[in-house]
Amino acid sequence: MHKLETKNITMKFGDETIIRDITISVDQGELIGLLGVSGSGKTTLFNCISGIYTPVSGRVILDGKDITGTTGHISYMLQKDLLLPYKTIEDNVALPLLIRGVPKQEAREQAAEHFEEFGLEGTQKKYPKQLSGGMRQRAALLRTYLFSDDVALLDEPFSALDTITRSRIHRWYLDVMEKINLTTVFITHDINEAVLLSDRIYIMSGKPGEIRSEIKIGTPRGKRQNFDLTDEFMEYKRQIVALLDEREIRDEDTSHI
Amino acid sequence: MTRKSASTTSKKSVMTNRVYPLISILAILALWECLSVFEVVPGYMLPSPAQTVEAFIGDFWLLMSHLKVTLLETLLGTVMGVVIGYGSAMLMDRWEPAYKAVYPIVVLTQTIPAVAIAPLLVLWFGYKMMPKIILIILITFFPIVIGTLDGFRSADKDAINLMRSMGASRWQIFKHIKFFNALPNFFSGLRITVAYAVVGAVLAEWLGGFAGLGVYMTRVKKSFAYDKMFAVIFLISGISLILIWLVNVLQKKCMPWENAETITRKRDENRWIKN
Repeated sequence: MHKLETKNITMKFGDETIIRDITISVDQGELIGLLGVSGSGKTTLFNCISGIYTPVSGRVILDGKDITGTTGHISYMLQKDLLLPYKTIEDNVALPLLIRGVPKQEAREQAAEHFEEFGLEGTQKKYPKQLSGGMRQRAALLRTYLFSDDVALLDEPFSALDTITRSRIHRWYLDVMEKINLTTVFITHDINEAVLLSDRIYIMSGKPGEIRSEIKIGTPRGKRQNFDLTDEFMEYKRQIVALLDEREIRDEDTSHI
Repeated sequence: MTRKSASTTSKKSVMTNRVYPLISILAILALWECLSVFEVVPGYMLPSPAQTVEAFIGDFWLLMSHLKVTLLETLLGTVMGVVIGYGSAMLMDRWEPAYKAVYPIVVLTQTIPAVAIAPLLVLWFGYKMMPKIILIILITFFPIVIGTLDGFRSADKDAINLMRSMGASRWQIFKHIKFFNALPNFFSGLRITVAYAVVGAVLAEWLGGFAGLGVYMTRVKKSFAYDKMFAVIFLISGISLILIWLVNVLQKKCMPWENAETITRKRDENRWIKN
Protein backbone atom coordinates (compact mmCIF):
# COMPACT_ATOMS: atom_id res chain seq x y z
CA MET A 1 0.00 0.00 0.00
CA HIS A 2 1.28 3.46 -0.90
CA LYS A 3 1.51 6.17 1.73
CA LEU A 4 -0.29 8.70 -0.45
CA GLU A 5 -2.08 8.28 -3.75
CA THR A 6 -4.14 10.41 -6.05
CA LYS A 7 -6.42 8.50 -8.40
CA ASN A 8 -7.60 10.19 -11.60
CA ILE A 9 -7.95 13.65 -10.06
CA THR A 10 -9.68 16.16 -12.32
CA MET A 11 -10.33 19.75 -11.25
CA LYS A 12 -12.32 22.40 -13.08
CA PHE A 13 -13.04 26.07 -12.42
CA GLY A 14 -16.30 26.78 -14.21
CA ASP A 15 -15.96 25.20 -17.65
CA GLU A 16 -12.19 25.30 -17.65
CA THR A 17 -10.39 22.09 -16.79
CA ILE A 18 -7.23 22.89 -14.84
CA ILE A 19 -5.89 19.37 -14.25
CA ARG A 20 -7.02 16.10 -15.77
CA ASP A 21 -6.72 12.50 -14.61
CA ILE A 22 -3.79 12.98 -12.30
CA THR A 23 -2.61 9.73 -10.77
CA ILE A 24 0.50 9.71 -8.62
CA SER A 25 1.73 7.58 -5.74
CA VAL A 26 4.16 8.27 -2.94
CA ASP A 27 5.71 5.68 -0.65
CA GLN A 28 6.66 6.12 3.00
CA GLY A 29 9.72 8.37 3.39
CA GLU A 30 9.95 9.22 -0.33
CA LEU A 31 10.81 12.69 -1.61
CA ILE A 32 8.89 13.32 -4.80
CA GLY A 33 9.49 16.28 -7.10
CA LEU A 34 6.67 17.69 -9.16
CA LEU A 35 8.17 19.58 -12.06
CA GLY A 36 6.37 21.56 -14.70
CA VAL A 37 6.00 24.87 -16.43
CA SER A 38 3.85 27.68 -14.99
CA GLY A 39 0.14 27.13 -15.41
CA SER A 40 0.34 23.34 -15.61
CA GLY A 41 -1.82 23.02 -12.49
CA LYS A 42 0.75 21.91 -9.92
CA THR A 43 -0.58 24.17 -7.15
CA THR A 44 -4.16 23.18 -8.00
CA LEU A 45 -3.16 19.53 -7.56
CA PHE A 46 -1.68 20.38 -4.15
CA ASN A 47 -4.84 22.26 -3.15
CA CYS A 48 -6.82 19.13 -4.07
CA ILE A 49 -4.51 16.81 -2.12
CA SER A 50 -4.57 19.06 0.97
CA GLY A 51 -8.36 19.28 0.86
CA ILE A 52 -8.61 23.03 0.18
CA TYR A 53 -10.31 22.13 -3.12
CA THR A 54 -12.61 19.20 -3.71
CA PRO A 55 -11.87 17.73 -7.16
CA VAL A 56 -14.75 17.22 -9.59
CA SER A 57 -13.63 13.62 -9.94
CA GLY A 58 -10.97 11.33 -8.57
CA ARG A 59 -9.82 10.47 -5.08
CA VAL A 60 -7.04 11.27 -2.63
CA ILE A 61 -5.98 8.26 -0.57
CA LEU A 62 -3.81 8.53 2.55
CA ASP A 63 -2.80 5.28 4.27
CA GLY A 64 -5.60 3.52 2.40
CA LYS A 65 -8.26 5.98 3.59
CA ASP A 66 -10.18 8.29 1.27
CA ILE A 67 -9.51 11.88 2.43
CA THR A 68 -10.80 13.66 -0.69
CA GLY A 69 -11.97 17.21 0.07
CA THR A 70 -11.08 17.10 3.76
CA THR A 71 -8.44 19.27 5.39
CA GLY A 72 -6.23 18.65 8.41
CA HIS A 73 -4.52 15.41 7.27
CA ILE A 74 -1.55 16.55 5.22
CA SER A 75 0.78 19.44 6.03
CA TYR A 76 1.18 22.05 3.35
CA MET A 77 3.82 24.72 2.86
CA LEU A 78 2.88 27.30 0.29
CA GLN A 79 5.14 29.31 -2.04
CA LYS A 80 5.64 32.16 0.41
CA ASP A 81 6.87 31.20 3.87
CA LEU A 82 3.65 32.75 5.27
CA LEU A 83 5.10 33.28 8.71
CA LEU A 84 2.69 35.57 10.49
CA PRO A 85 4.57 38.88 11.05
CA TYR A 86 2.85 39.55 14.37
CA LYS A 87 3.81 36.26 16.01
CA THR A 88 7.22 35.29 17.33
CA ILE A 89 8.98 32.41 15.59
CA GLU A 90 8.09 29.99 18.40
CA ASP A 91 4.41 30.92 18.12
CA ASN A 92 4.54 30.72 14.34
CA VAL A 93 5.95 27.21 14.30
CA ALA A 94 3.65 26.11 17.14
CA LEU A 95 0.59 27.28 15.19
CA PRO A 96 -0.47 23.82 13.91
CA LEU A 97 -0.35 22.51 17.48
CA LEU A 98 -2.47 25.41 18.74
CA ILE A 99 -5.01 24.72 15.99
CA ARG A 100 -5.11 21.12 17.11
CA GLY A 101 -6.04 22.38 20.59
CA VAL A 102 -2.69 21.91 22.38
CA PRO A 103 -2.37 24.54 25.19
CA LYS A 104 -0.05 27.43 24.29
CA GLN A 105 2.76 26.66 26.73
CA GLU A 106 2.79 22.97 25.87
CA ALA A 107 2.78 23.80 22.13
CA ARG A 108 5.79 26.10 22.63
CA GLU A 109 7.65 23.39 24.55
CA GLN A 110 6.94 20.80 21.85
CA ALA A 111 8.14 23.20 19.17
CA ALA A 112 11.27 24.11 21.18
CA GLU A 113 12.43 20.48 21.06
CA HIS A 114 13.02 20.80 17.29
CA PHE A 115 14.66 24.24 17.09
CA GLU A 116 18.20 22.86 17.19
CA GLU A 117 17.46 20.12 14.66
CA PHE A 118 16.16 22.73 12.22
CA GLY A 119 19.04 25.16 12.88
CA LEU A 120 16.82 27.74 14.53
CA GLU A 121 18.46 28.05 17.96
CA GLY A 122 18.11 31.52 19.47
CA THR A 123 15.30 32.64 17.19
CA GLN A 124 12.37 31.65 19.42
CA LYS A 125 11.53 35.17 20.62
CA LYS A 126 12.30 36.93 17.33
CA TYR A 127 9.76 38.10 14.79
CA PRO A 128 9.88 36.86 11.17
CA LYS A 129 11.07 40.24 9.82
CA GLN A 130 14.17 39.89 12.02
CA LEU A 131 15.26 36.69 10.23
CA SER A 132 17.00 36.10 6.91
CA GLY A 133 15.18 34.40 4.02
CA GLY A 134 16.90 31.07 4.66
CA MET A 135 16.03 31.07 8.36
CA ARG A 136 12.43 31.95 7.57
CA GLN A 137 12.21 28.95 5.23
CA ARG A 138 13.58 26.72 7.99
CA ALA A 139 10.96 28.05 10.39
CA ALA A 140 8.21 27.48 7.81
CA LEU A 141 9.47 23.96 7.27
CA LEU A 142 9.47 23.28 11.01
CA ARG A 143 5.89 24.54 11.19
CA THR A 144 5.00 22.16 8.33
CA TYR A 145 6.71 19.29 10.14
CA LEU A 146 4.94 20.06 13.43
CA PHE A 147 1.60 19.92 11.68
CA SER A 148 2.32 16.43 10.42
CA ASP A 149 5.52 14.43 10.74
CA ASP A 150 3.95 12.05 8.25
CA VAL A 151 3.27 13.63 4.83
CA ALA A 152 4.07 17.15 3.60
CA LEU A 153 3.36 19.10 0.43
CA LEU A 154 5.84 21.88 -0.30
CA ASP A 155 4.94 24.38 -3.01
CA GLU A 156 8.17 25.87 -4.38
CA PRO A 157 9.68 26.01 -0.91
CA PHE A 158 13.00 27.55 -1.96
CA SER A 159 12.01 29.71 -4.94
CA ALA A 160 12.19 32.99 -3.01
CA LEU A 161 15.80 32.44 -1.94
CA ASP A 162 18.90 33.74 -3.70
CA THR A 163 21.13 31.19 -5.47
CA ILE A 164 23.78 30.89 -2.74
CA THR A 165 21.26 30.59 0.10
CA ARG A 166 19.26 28.11 -1.94
CA SER A 167 22.29 25.92 -2.56
CA ARG A 168 23.11 25.94 1.18
CA ILE A 169 19.56 25.18 2.16
CA HIS A 170 19.40 22.27 -0.35
CA ARG A 171 22.27 20.58 1.50
CA TRP A 172 20.68 21.32 4.85
CA TYR A 173 17.33 20.07 3.59
CA LEU A 174 18.75 16.73 2.45
CA ASP A 175 20.40 16.29 5.87
CA VAL A 176 17.28 17.15 7.83
CA MET A 177 15.08 14.92 5.64
CA GLU A 178 17.37 11.99 6.42
CA LYS A 179 16.77 12.63 10.12
CA ILE A 180 13.03 13.27 10.15
CA ASN A 181 12.04 10.81 7.40
CA LEU A 182 9.13 12.95 6.23
CA THR A 183 7.22 11.73 3.18
CA THR A 184 7.26 14.76 0.90
CA VAL A 185 5.96 15.97 -2.43
CA PHE A 186 7.43 19.28 -3.54
CA ILE A 187 6.74 21.54 -6.49
CA THR A 188 9.59 23.20 -8.31
CA HIS A 189 10.35 24.99 -11.57
CA ASP A 190 14.02 24.35 -11.11
CA ILE A 191 15.29 21.22 -12.87
CA ASN A 192 18.53 21.19 -10.84
CA GLU A 193 16.59 21.34 -7.59
CA ALA A 194 14.26 18.56 -8.71
CA VAL A 195 17.11 16.20 -9.67
CA LEU A 196 19.18 17.03 -6.60
CA LEU A 197 16.47 16.53 -4.00
CA SER A 198 14.01 13.96 -5.39
CA ASP A 199 13.79 10.20 -5.29
CA ARG A 200 11.36 10.36 -8.19
CA ILE A 201 10.16 13.22 -10.37
CA TYR A 202 6.74 13.59 -11.94
CA ILE A 203 6.68 15.89 -14.95
CA MET A 204 3.48 17.83 -15.52
CA SER A 205 2.64 19.82 -18.61
CA GLY A 206 -0.12 20.97 -20.88
CA LYS A 207 -3.36 22.80 -20.38
CA PRO A 208 -5.17 21.12 -18.71
CA GLY A 209 -2.25 19.80 -16.70
CA GLU A 210 -1.48 16.11 -16.92
CA ILE A 211 1.30 13.84 -15.71
CA ARG A 212 3.48 13.24 -18.75
CA SER A 213 6.41 11.27 -17.38
CA GLU A 214 7.98 9.86 -14.28
CA ILE A 215 11.73 9.73 -13.72
CA LYS A 216 13.44 7.76 -10.97
CA ILE A 217 16.75 9.11 -9.71
CA GLY A 218 19.14 6.19 -9.29
CA THR A 219 21.59 7.64 -6.77
CA PRO A 220 20.20 7.41 -3.22
CA ARG A 221 19.72 10.74 -1.43
CA GLY A 222 22.34 9.89 1.18
CA LYS A 223 25.04 9.61 -1.52
CA ARG A 224 24.52 12.89 -3.30
CA GLN A 225 27.65 14.78 -2.23
CA ASN A 226 28.58 16.90 -5.28
CA PHE A 227 25.93 15.00 -7.25
CA ASP A 228 25.23 18.12 -9.31
CA LEU A 229 28.75 17.92 -10.78
CA THR A 230 28.38 14.37 -12.07
CA ASP A 231 27.59 13.12 -15.61
CA GLU A 232 24.63 11.22 -14.21
CA PHE A 233 23.10 14.48 -12.97
CA MET A 234 23.61 16.11 -16.37
CA GLU A 235 22.04 13.11 -18.09
CA TYR A 236 18.89 13.47 -15.93
CA LYS A 237 18.78 17.17 -16.75
CA ARG A 238 19.05 16.50 -20.50
CA GLN A 239 16.30 13.91 -20.25
CA ILE A 240 13.95 16.34 -18.44
CA VAL A 241 14.70 19.27 -20.75
CA ALA A 242 13.97 17.05 -23.76
CA LEU A 243 10.68 15.89 -22.23
CA LEU A 244 9.59 19.44 -21.40
CA ASP A 245 10.62 20.79 -24.84
CA GLU A 246 8.87 17.96 -26.63
CA ARG A 247 5.69 18.64 -24.67
CA GLU A 248 5.78 22.38 -25.14
CA ILE A 249 6.32 22.04 -28.92
CA ARG A 250 3.52 19.48 -29.17
CA ASP A 251 1.19 21.67 -27.08
CA GLU A 252 1.93 24.70 -29.25
CA ASP A 253 1.29 22.68 -32.40
CA THR A 254 -2.05 21.40 -31.17
CA SER A 255 -3.12 24.83 -29.92
CA HIS A 256 -3.32 26.01 -33.58
CA ILE A 257 -5.69 23.21 -34.56
CA MET B 1 31.34 55.63 9.89
CA THR B 2 31.60 54.35 13.46
CA ARG B 3 28.64 53.10 15.50
CA LYS B 4 28.94 56.12 17.82
CA SER B 5 28.77 58.63 15.00
CA ALA B 6 25.91 56.72 13.34
CA SER B 7 23.94 56.91 16.58
CA THR B 8 24.79 60.64 16.91
CA THR B 9 23.47 61.21 13.36
CA SER B 10 20.25 59.43 14.27
CA LYS B 11 19.83 61.52 17.48
CA LYS B 12 20.50 64.70 15.52
CA SER B 13 17.78 63.82 13.04
CA VAL B 14 15.30 63.21 15.91
CA MET B 15 16.24 66.62 17.42
CA THR B 16 15.80 68.34 14.03
CA ASN B 17 12.37 66.74 13.64
CA ARG B 18 11.31 68.23 16.98
CA VAL B 19 12.99 71.63 16.66
CA TYR B 20 11.35 72.72 13.38
CA PRO B 21 7.71 72.40 14.49
CA LEU B 22 8.62 74.01 17.84
CA ILE B 23 10.14 77.01 16.04
CA SER B 24 7.06 77.43 13.83
CA ILE B 25 4.69 77.23 16.84
CA LEU B 26 6.75 79.80 18.76
CA ALA B 27 6.79 82.07 15.68
CA ILE B 28 2.97 81.92 15.40
CA LEU B 29 2.60 82.70 19.13
CA ALA B 30 5.02 85.63 18.83
CA LEU B 31 3.16 87.03 15.81
CA TRP B 32 -0.17 86.63 17.62
CA GLU B 33 1.22 88.40 20.74
CA CYS B 34 2.46 91.28 18.54
CA LEU B 35 -0.92 91.61 16.79
CA SER B 36 -2.58 91.95 20.20
CA VAL B 37 0.02 94.11 21.96
CA PHE B 38 0.22 96.61 19.06
CA GLU B 39 -3.59 96.47 18.74
CA VAL B 40 -3.53 95.57 15.06
CA VAL B 41 -6.58 93.51 15.98
CA PRO B 42 -8.65 94.90 18.90
CA GLY B 43 -7.98 93.09 22.20
CA TYR B 44 -11.64 92.19 22.80
CA MET B 45 -11.69 90.32 19.47
CA LEU B 46 -8.32 88.64 19.69
CA PRO B 47 -6.92 88.26 23.21
CA SER B 48 -3.16 87.76 23.38
CA PRO B 49 -1.61 84.38 24.29
CA ALA B 50 -0.64 85.87 27.68
CA GLN B 51 -4.27 86.92 28.34
CA THR B 52 -5.43 83.45 27.28
CA VAL B 53 -3.04 81.78 29.73
CA GLU B 54 -4.19 84.20 32.44
CA ALA B 55 -7.84 83.31 31.74
CA PHE B 56 -7.00 79.61 31.81
CA ILE B 57 -5.30 79.91 35.21
CA GLY B 58 -8.12 82.10 36.59
CA ASP B 59 -10.84 79.63 35.59
CA PHE B 60 -8.73 76.49 36.07
CA TRP B 61 -10.94 74.69 38.61
CA LEU B 62 -14.16 75.65 36.85
CA LEU B 63 -12.69 74.37 33.56
CA MET B 64 -11.66 71.11 35.26
CA SER B 65 -15.17 70.52 36.60
CA HIS B 66 -16.61 70.98 33.08
CA LEU B 67 -13.79 68.90 31.59
CA LYS B 68 -14.73 66.00 33.90
CA VAL B 69 -18.20 65.87 32.34
CA THR B 70 -16.91 66.18 28.77
CA LEU B 71 -14.31 63.46 29.34
CA LEU B 72 -16.87 61.11 30.86
CA GLU B 73 -19.18 61.59 27.86
CA THR B 74 -16.23 61.14 25.48
CA LEU B 75 -15.08 57.97 27.23
CA LEU B 76 -18.53 56.37 27.40
CA GLY B 77 -19.40 57.33 23.82
CA THR B 78 -16.05 56.19 22.44
CA VAL B 79 -16.08 52.83 24.25
CA MET B 80 -19.63 52.14 23.09
CA GLY B 81 -18.90 53.36 19.54
CA VAL B 82 -15.79 51.18 19.35
CA VAL B 83 -17.58 48.09 20.69
CA ILE B 84 -20.53 48.55 18.32
CA GLY B 85 -18.21 49.39 15.40
CA TYR B 86 -15.93 46.40 16.00
CA GLY B 87 -18.87 44.07 16.51
CA SER B 88 -20.52 45.30 13.29
CA ALA B 89 -17.26 44.83 11.36
CA MET B 90 -17.01 41.24 12.67
CA LEU B 91 -20.61 40.55 11.73
CA MET B 92 -20.21 42.01 8.23
CA ASP B 93 -17.01 40.06 7.66
CA ARG B 94 -18.52 36.81 8.88
CA TRP B 95 -21.88 37.05 7.18
CA GLU B 96 -22.20 38.45 3.64
CA PRO B 97 -25.96 39.31 3.89
CA ALA B 98 -25.14 41.47 6.93
CA TYR B 99 -22.47 43.26 4.89
CA LYS B 100 -24.91 43.91 2.06
CA ALA B 101 -27.65 45.08 4.42
CA VAL B 102 -25.66 47.13 6.94
CA TYR B 103 -22.82 48.69 4.94
CA PRO B 104 -24.99 51.16 2.95
CA ILE B 105 -26.67 52.27 6.19
CA VAL B 106 -23.28 52.79 7.83
CA VAL B 107 -22.23 55.01 4.93
CA LEU B 108 -25.58 56.81 4.95
CA THR B 109 -25.20 57.75 8.63
CA GLN B 110 -22.03 59.63 7.73
CA THR B 111 -23.72 61.76 5.08
CA ILE B 112 -25.86 63.44 7.75
CA PRO B 113 -23.90 66.31 9.37
CA ALA B 114 -23.44 65.99 13.13
CA VAL B 115 -24.49 69.65 13.51
CA ALA B 116 -27.85 68.79 11.94
CA ILE B 117 -28.53 65.69 13.98
CA ALA B 118 -27.34 67.05 17.39
CA PRO B 119 -30.37 69.37 17.99
CA LEU B 120 -32.71 66.49 17.14
CA LEU B 121 -30.97 64.24 19.64
CA VAL B 122 -31.31 66.97 22.30
CA LEU B 123 -35.00 67.28 21.40
CA TRP B 124 -35.58 63.52 21.63
CA PHE B 125 -33.39 62.66 24.62
CA GLY B 126 -33.27 65.87 26.67
CA TYR B 127 -30.39 67.89 28.09
CA LYS B 128 -28.67 65.14 30.09
CA MET B 129 -25.85 62.84 29.05
CA MET B 130 -27.78 60.51 26.73
CA PRO B 131 -27.93 62.67 23.53
CA LYS B 132 -24.21 63.49 23.85
CA ILE B 133 -23.26 59.83 24.11
CA ILE B 134 -25.47 58.90 21.15
CA LEU B 135 -23.91 61.62 19.03
CA ILE B 136 -20.39 60.44 19.96
CA ILE B 137 -21.36 56.85 19.12
CA LEU B 138 -22.60 57.99 15.71
CA ILE B 139 -19.38 59.90 15.09
CA THR B 140 -16.92 57.28 16.37
CA PHE B 141 -18.63 54.21 14.96
CA PHE B 142 -17.78 54.95 11.32
CA PRO B 143 -13.94 55.09 11.31
CA ILE B 144 -13.80 51.95 13.45
CA VAL B 145 -16.20 49.87 11.37
CA ILE B 146 -14.74 50.88 8.00
CA GLY B 147 -11.09 50.52 9.04
CA THR B 148 -11.54 47.25 10.91
CA LEU B 149 -13.67 45.65 8.20
CA ASP B 150 -11.04 46.59 5.62
CA GLY B 151 -8.39 45.00 7.87
CA PHE B 152 -10.39 41.78 8.19
CA ARG B 153 -11.01 41.58 4.46
CA SER B 154 -7.44 42.32 3.39
CA ALA B 155 -5.99 39.37 5.34
CA ASP B 156 -3.59 37.31 3.23
CA LYS B 157 -5.65 34.70 1.35
CA ASP B 158 -2.69 32.32 1.20
CA ALA B 159 -2.27 32.49 4.97
CA ILE B 160 -5.98 31.72 5.36
CA ASN B 161 -5.63 28.79 2.94
CA LEU B 162 -2.68 27.52 4.93
CA MET B 163 -4.75 27.67 8.12
CA ARG B 164 -7.61 25.89 6.37
CA SER B 165 -5.26 23.15 5.18
CA MET B 166 -4.34 22.67 8.86
CA GLY B 167 -8.02 22.21 9.64
CA ALA B 168 -8.48 25.59 11.40
CA SER B 169 -12.02 26.69 12.25
CA ARG B 170 -13.41 30.10 11.23
CA TRP B 171 -12.85 31.31 14.78
CA GLN B 172 -9.21 30.15 14.75
CA ILE B 173 -8.65 31.90 11.41
CA PHE B 174 -10.11 35.06 12.96
CA LYS B 175 -8.08 34.73 16.15
CA HIS B 176 -4.72 34.01 14.49
CA ILE B 177 -4.94 36.03 11.25
CA LYS B 178 -7.83 38.46 10.79
CA PHE B 179 -7.68 39.95 14.29
CA PHE B 180 -3.99 40.84 13.98
CA ASN B 181 -4.28 41.91 10.35
CA ALA B 182 -6.96 44.46 11.30
CA LEU B 183 -5.02 45.94 14.25
CA PRO B 184 -3.16 48.71 12.33
CA ASN B 185 -6.44 49.79 10.66
CA PHE B 186 -8.25 49.62 13.99
CA PHE B 187 -5.72 51.91 15.66
CA SER B 188 -5.78 54.36 12.73
CA GLY B 189 -9.57 54.46 13.13
CA LEU B 190 -9.24 54.86 16.89
CA ARG B 191 -6.89 57.85 16.50
CA ILE B 192 -9.48 59.62 14.32
CA THR B 193 -12.24 58.49 16.66
CA VAL B 194 -10.83 59.96 19.89
CA ALA B 195 -10.23 63.35 18.25
CA TYR B 196 -13.75 63.39 16.77
CA ALA B 197 -15.27 62.19 20.05
CA VAL B 198 -14.09 65.21 22.05
CA VAL B 199 -15.31 67.59 19.35
CA GLY B 200 -18.62 65.67 19.18
CA ALA B 201 -19.12 65.93 22.95
CA VAL B 202 -18.43 69.68 22.93
CA LEU B 203 -20.76 70.18 19.97
CA ALA B 204 -23.61 68.32 21.68
CA GLU B 205 -23.06 70.30 24.91
CA TRP B 206 -23.01 73.52 22.91
CA LEU B 207 -26.50 72.75 21.65
CA GLY B 208 -27.96 71.99 25.06
CA GLY B 209 -26.83 70.81 28.47
CA PHE B 210 -26.04 71.70 32.06
CA ALA B 211 -22.33 71.01 32.26
CA GLY B 212 -19.30 70.33 30.05
CA LEU B 213 -16.81 72.38 28.07
CA GLY B 214 -19.43 73.12 25.37
CA VAL B 215 -21.74 74.61 27.99
CA TYR B 216 -18.83 76.67 29.42
CA MET B 217 -18.09 77.88 25.88
CA THR B 218 -21.63 79.12 25.27
CA ARG B 219 -21.59 80.98 28.60
CA VAL B 220 -18.25 82.77 27.98
CA LYS B 221 -19.31 83.55 24.40
CA LYS B 222 -22.50 85.22 25.64
CA SER B 223 -20.46 87.36 28.09
CA PHE B 224 -17.95 88.24 25.31
CA ALA B 225 -15.09 86.78 27.38
CA TYR B 226 -12.99 85.78 24.37
CA ASP B 227 -9.87 85.20 26.44
CA LYS B 228 -11.78 82.40 28.23
CA MET B 229 -13.10 81.20 24.86
CA PHE B 230 -9.55 80.84 23.58
CA ALA B 231 -8.50 79.12 26.82
CA VAL B 232 -11.18 76.46 26.40
CA ILE B 233 -10.37 76.01 22.70
CA PHE B 234 -6.76 75.27 23.61
CA LEU B 235 -7.88 72.94 26.38
CA ILE B 236 -10.06 70.94 23.94
CA SER B 237 -7.21 70.82 21.45
CA GLY B 238 -4.79 69.69 24.18
CA ILE B 239 -7.16 66.95 25.36
CA SER B 240 -7.52 65.65 21.80
CA LEU B 241 -3.73 65.56 21.39
CA ILE B 242 -3.31 63.72 24.70
CA LEU B 243 -5.93 61.14 23.67
CA ILE B 244 -4.22 60.62 20.30
CA TRP B 245 -0.91 60.18 22.12
CA LEU B 246 -2.52 57.62 24.46
CA VAL B 247 -3.79 55.67 21.43
CA ASN B 248 -0.24 55.69 20.02
CA VAL B 249 1.12 54.34 23.32
CA LEU B 250 -1.59 51.67 23.40
CA GLN B 251 -0.79 50.70 19.80
CA LYS B 252 2.90 50.29 20.62
CA LYS B 253 2.00 48.09 23.59
CA CYS B 254 -0.45 45.99 21.57
CA MET B 255 1.78 45.63 18.49
CA PRO B 256 5.29 44.86 19.79
CA TRP B 257 6.31 43.34 16.43
CA GLU B 258 6.17 46.82 14.87
CA ASN B 259 8.83 48.01 17.35
CA ALA B 260 10.94 44.94 16.60
CA GLU B 261 10.77 45.78 12.90
CA THR B 262 11.81 49.39 13.57
CA ILE B 263 14.74 48.24 15.73
CA THR B 264 15.87 45.80 13.03
CA ARG B 265 15.52 48.45 10.30
CA LYS B 266 17.51 51.00 12.34
CA ARG B 267 20.17 48.38 13.08
CA ASP B 268 20.42 47.61 9.35
CA GLU B 269 20.59 51.34 8.51
CA ASN B 270 23.35 51.87 11.07
CA ARG B 271 25.22 48.85 9.72
CA TRP B 272 24.87 50.28 6.22
CA ILE B 273 26.12 53.72 7.32
CA LYS B 274 28.98 52.02 9.19
CA ASN B 275 30.08 50.17 6.07
